[in-house]
Amino acid sequence: MATDLTNPQTPAGSHTTGKVRPHQTQNEALLFEKSSPGKRAYKLPPLDVPAVDLASLLGAARRDQAAELPELSEIEIVRHFTRLSTWNYAIDLGMYPLGSCTMKYNPRVNELVARIEGLAEAHPYRPESLAQGILEVIDLLQRCLLDITGMDAITLQPAAGAHGEFTGILLVRAWHESQGNSRRKVLIPDSAHGTNPATAAICGYAVENLRSNSDGGIDLEALARQVDSETAALMLTNPSTIGVFESQIHKIAEILHAKGALLYMDGANMNALVGKARPGDFGVDVMHLNLHKTFSTPHGGGGPGSGPVACKAFLEPFLPIPVLVKDENGAKHWNYGRPQSVGRVRAFYGNTGMFIRALAYILANGPDGLRQTTEDAVLNANYIRHKLEDLYDLPYKTASMHEVVFSDKRQAAKGVKTGDIAKRLIDYGFHPYTVSFPQIVHGALMIEPTESESLEELDLFIEAMRSIAREVEETPEVVKSAPHSTRVSRLDEVQAARKPILRWRPGQ
Amino acid sequence: MRYLPKSPAERERMLAAIGARSIDELFAVIPAECRLDRDLDVPRQQAESEIIDYFRAAADKNATGYASFLGAGAYRHYRPVIIDSLVQRGEFLTSYTPYQAEITQGTLQAIFEFQTMIAELTGMDVANASMYDGSTGAAEAVMMAVRVTGRRKAVVATTVHPEYREVLATYATHQRLPTTLAGYDAKTGRVDLAALEASVTKETAAVLVQSPNFFGVIEDIPAIAAIAHAQGALLIVSIAEAVSLGVVRPPVEADIVSMEAQSFGVALSYGGPFCGVMACKEQYIRQMPGRLVGQTTDGTGYRGFVLTLATREQHIRREKATSNICTNQALVALMTTIFLAVYGKEGIRELAEHNLAKADYTANRLSTQPGAKLLFTGAPRFHEFVLQTAEPPVLWSQRLLDEKIVGGIELSRWYPELGHATLWCATEVITREQIDTAAMVLAAGLVEA
Repeated sequence: MATDLTNPQTPAGSHTTGKVRPHQTQNEALLFEKSSPGKRAYKLPPLDVPAVDLASLLGAARRDQAAELPELSEIEIVRHFTRLSTWNYAIDLGMYPLGSCTMKYNPRVNELVARIEGLAEAHPYRPESLAQGILEVIDLLQRCLLDITGMDAITLQPAAGAHGEFTGILLVRAWHESQGNSRRKVLIPDSAHGTNPATAAICGYAVENLRSNSDGGIDLEALARQVDSETAALMLTNPSTIGVFESQIHKIAEILHAKGALLYMDGANMNALVGKARPGDFGVDVMHLNLHKTFSTPHGGGGPGSGPVACKAFLEPFLPIPVLVKDENGAKHWNYGRPQSVGRVRAFYGNTGMFIRALAYILANGPDGLRQTTEDAVLNANYIRHKLEDLYDLPYKTASMHEVVFSDKRQAAKGVKTGDIAKRLIDYGFHPYTVSFPQIVHGALMIEPTESESLEELDLFIEAMRSIAREVEETPEVVKSAPHSTRVSRLDEVQAARKPILRWRPGQ
Repeated sequence: MRYLPKSPAERERMLAAIGARSIDELFAVIPAECRLDRDLDVPRQQAESEIIDYFRAAADKNATGYASFLGAGAYRHYRPVIIDSLVQRGEFLTSYTPYQAEITQGTLQAIFEFQTMIAELTGMDVANASMYDGSTGAAEAVMMAVRVTGRRKAVVATTVHPEYREVLATYATHQRLPTTLAGYDAKTGRVDLAALEASVTKETAAVLVQSPNFFGVIEDIPAIAAIAHAQGALLIVSIAEAVSLGVVRPPVEADIVSMEAQSFGVALSYGGPFCGVMACKEQYIRQMPGRLVGQTTDGTGYRGFVLTLATREQHIRREKATSNICTNQALVALMTTIFLAVYGKEGIRELAEHNLAKADYTANRLSTQPGAKLLFTGAPRFHEFVLQTAEPPVLWSQRLLDEKIVGGIELSRWYPELGHATLWCATEVITREQIDTAAMVLAAGLVEA
């Protein structure tokens, strides 16, 4: 081990850092492979009503072959999932600098309050008189989010960011329809998240690409040329995906509004703005938020999210049903009688469990904490930028907000790509940054530290990145074949896609 | 602020390192007129104990301790304790979407197990890694059928959950996708097969039904499939009560199954987060929305798992993607995976049998009270049933609330033709005593009237 160049922890390893390592390598089979007939992890209470005869009740609708679910005891299940968990990286283990994903700390009190019985066990169709507590939570969260965004009206129904985009663009469409023409196209900058064009397409709009200017921002002349009477909206991320605030935002809004087009804002990067600037104050007509980014609800390995949509007053009549209203006694109700509504986008009222967590986060912060959070997020990104820009190419020199995007130009000259550097970061105990996005930066390294990182953790990350830059010069093969410390090495994705194996089968 | 790991001195040091005089300098790029020069109007910073107090008070206002006969797409089942112990492990809870396979094998293997269990239960070949919920999943399934068939019309049974149908209508309107409704047989509560046959044409991309349907009645899937397939349409079966699959024959004739898996260990949580999932026949995988985990090997031949067939997805295909879905319900899918591991092959059947027995007892007790009548007796059902009462539901439901019981949900808002009809659900958590009390309260009013 002492001469293992691939292992940064060993004394002779290329460059030692103080970060923890290596990954768990314990084996754990699939649940199905561990199963044996007759084992049980459950016990039902005795049936206090007469047992029924399945054949007579169900007839031909009766299931005659049981699903091949695993049969295990409780301790085996606990060990199984605990072992699997040790193969994961997580915010709780260290920095997760995924640009655009805002991997911030997920406070544990959020989990506790979301599980309080009176909230967690509330049936969505319980009488409103028995649901006033949860309706008050929803109302307070709505009011907080409206002040944070500077908008006039809101729906919490969308289940995730992309679902919020869908809802927001439906509002745009419904408004245009009410003006006599739904219009034909949506403008989307080439730096946008993939969900933006996909959303516009499922809302029935043609997607027109808007090229970024040399600063990575909106090119006002191109915008003025492309906006016409068939433009429904511009879908803008602000700060942009390269972490830059659109300083001409007022002019962007003016150009759009002059032609009757609307300004949609993708709120993925709200972590750069909360308490410092409000989209409602800079011309945005409608936007979505990601509670699982800005407001600390956990990503959970890919979800659940929550994607509230906030809008200006003129779009309010089109919000999905139902909408929360208050009567003269202060009691809260769901209002379904909204003839101009775009309709419903999800059953019930949205991912309520996420509302509880997001509100707990807002309460924990207060106005001063929210502002400080934003400031720290921006401070962290700028610190990283300053400490790495001598070794990594910075394609856009514009001031960074909450994230910084480098390119692999200098390392690629040595045959090492952004994806390789990302994989090598794993050996140093970090999750990779976002790789190869945004598409306007060739070989992008998109780094968003969030406010949750201490100076010590940032310095370790910077040290790791600097160390990798040296490795690219001295021992590029070590970087290109990384990671070296994980349970599995790089996986064969081509094989996975060519002959997909998407489920276990006996003897497979 | 207790979540922020920096001292004032460290902030100063960092600013100095950057060469900025103050934090405001970093925000100078925001034009002055766009900057917020006041505190946000949100409640002041709270101690952790205050936050807990606030939500406890909210929970108390919600009124607890009620027995409930509510179902209709959201079901109360017992949740084994280890679900919350395991999903609250930080390595699951605070991990991102598993794009970096080498350090997310835990999430990836768990999703692979989830996909396998869902495929087994539904009788489909493959399942995806989850959708938002049953309602959006059903709408996505219809759009998937449109892509598979190249046709642009859908026929939807009126016995599909009304809110699922509303969501589909929202999606379909903006896709310019005409949908036709097929009604139900007044005696059985099942899809009216003759009406269905008349609606399905060579232009129909998909027939969407739910089973057990909104009335709790199990549809005749083989007969519906024959009608759909005769015209070259795909059959989509929506399942809102996943526990039914413990005893109800899976819809193997379907082409796509869209399921709400909330019943598998997910709290009601006033309607979300739940766990949609889509399963289908193998030949349609490439038109399926959402993430898929596949098995492969690493450089040294070890088994491993990766996200695969990503060229269907928005981050690669942008406007040509099968869906705009990105974030899904991963952690909730993990809950359902643990739930299914706990109950296993035998337990899921036994659990479903208990539900069937409780509902059968409840239906018998309630419908034998004077003035009460069970509707749709001509077809098998799972754990929900429709009760028609002489007395308006608003009257007896208040009497039930006085006894701390929430009765069935009124159907008049969706099915006015059914009169004083209510939809009741009895799962394994309801007790005989609660059922008997409900029957007594119901009878009491009826006698007085």
